[in-house]
Amino acid sequence: MSEVITPEHKQSKWSMVGKDAYAMPLEDIDLSHPGIWQANEYLPFLERLRNEDPVHCCKESAVGPYWSVMKYKDILEVDTNPDIYSSEPTIGIVDTFEEFTLPSFIAMDRPKHDDQRRIVQPVVAPANLKNLEVLIRERVCKILDSLPLEKEFDWVESVSIELTTQMLATLFDFPFEDRYKLTYWSDMATSIPGGGLAKSQEERWEAIQECLAYFTRLWNERVNTEPGFDLISMLAHGESTRDMPPDEFLGNLLLLIVGGNDTTRNSISGGVIALNENPQEYAKLRKDTSLIPNMVSEIIRWQTPLAYMRRTAVRDTELGGKHIKAGDKVIMWYVSGNRDAEVINRPNDFWIDRPNARNHLSFGFGIHRCMGNRLAEMQLRILWEEIMQRFHFVELEGEPQRVYSSFIKGYTHLPVVLHGKT
Amino acid sequence: MVEIVFIEHDGSEHKVDARPGSTVMLAAVTNGVPGIDADCGGSCSCATCHVYVHEDWLEKVGEMNPTEEAMLSLSPDRKENSRLSCQIPVSEELSGLVVTTPEFQF
Repeated sequence: MSEVITPEHKQSKWSMVGKDAYAMPLEDIDLSHPGIWQANEYLPFLERLRNEDPVHCCKESAVGPYWSVMKYKDILEVDTNPDIYSSEPTIGIVDTFEEFTLPSFIAMDRPKHDDQRRIVQPVVAPANLKNLEVLIRERVCKILDSLPLEKEFDWVESVSIELTTQMLATLFDFPFEDRYKLTYWSDMATSIPGGGLAKSQEERWEAIQECLAYFTRLWNERVNTEPGFDLISMLAHGESTRDMPPDEFLGNLLLLIVGGNDTTRNSISGGVIALNENPQEYAKLRKDTSLIPNMVSEIIRWQTPLAYMRRTAVRDTELGGKHIKAGDKVIMWYVSGNRDAEVINRPNDFWIDRPNARNHLSFGFGIHRCMGNRLAEMQLRILWEEIMQRFHFVELEGEPQRVYSSFIKGYTHLPVVLHGKT
Repeated sequence: MVEIVFIEHDGSEHKVDARPGSTVMLAAVTNGVPGIDADCGGSCSCATCHVYVHEDWLEKVGEMNPTEEAMLSLSPDRKENSRLSCQIPVSEELSGLVVTTPEFQF
């Protein structure tokens, strides 16, 4: 899921930060630059395109020309027609450089996608999750019990990252004391060289190589032992995956690490922000914690932790009255579809008892639908159940800091203060 | 109206009346039958309305289309009598249809 662009200054000419979405020609709107996402200024741009040009062609951008698909139903059409809209060669908006590209099933079409996905899917299937629930709850409780009361701390670091990292270590049966490496590799893999954690493409690549070396060692250990129920063992013993070339092994690993890391992490943070911005919903939650499962779906819609997925048209086709040509880049902006009033009632409201809250686009639809969706929901559900047992109020103490990316919609820093139950 | 019987994985039974022209998924959702999520609202793109069709009814519910097959083929709980209930239209012919819901939707 990596998004790679050449080093580029944040004050680039492509940035839309500070511009009025309604005061520029439609054709000049470019959602691909990370600026408006980090600055939290993207909503008016989405709204204008959704209303005035829902299948929008951006002819010129730092990442070349691309189509933006803004409405729920059009996104569904693209997502459910994988024979027209291919996931190859990449699902990121930036065309990948061959020497820095790792194959993984998220960026494969059928039949290879299906074969590889089937191998790893059981580990995050509900039947296995049921066995994990007790362990997850224990870990959630331990994390929450270690937090200070009435004292500011960073929720991202102490809760969102800590919990998702522990979860990943469990799924990979990864040495627990080394678990922070997983977060580091994940952040490096998705980092824009020069714009975030990685200073250069080479530094990013170095981290990825380190990740490969570590996992190769684990692979070698597990391939020689009885099949276990962790992701590495499954890949090492699975019929369609055991003879995988190293780059494909690494690509799929990074997919699972990033998929299980960035996304849930940012929904964990997003929920705190949404409840702080909507005190009436927080009050509703305090009165009735049985709303938590529904609230979890609403948080995932409201946050939309991955703003888009990209497809590439393999033949000429038509979408929303526009002619898409073979080879065109097509971006499904899930973050926009999740605010489409035609399908989502009162889309700009965060509404914890929203009817049909599960009908959001954040997991995508069709054969590439998020594989870890039930795990994500379970982690969020348990977290909020335990938060509500302990704290009256997780209070936001300042402006959240956001990730520099148009893909990963998330937070780097979230200052909060906890108030206990009296 | 057409009677459809949903049996949960623990054996609890729910008899509902469905409107011809509707789908088995909608019959469950509108009557509050547990065990059907239908996250995509019936567009055959999430596989969370998975059911097992009782063998006596397999022929009558008809063939799967390739999209349904593609979605179901990724489910770890898929069996020979698996179907996505949003893809089974309700008709008079199906009166008395018996389907079982899986323990989990995925």
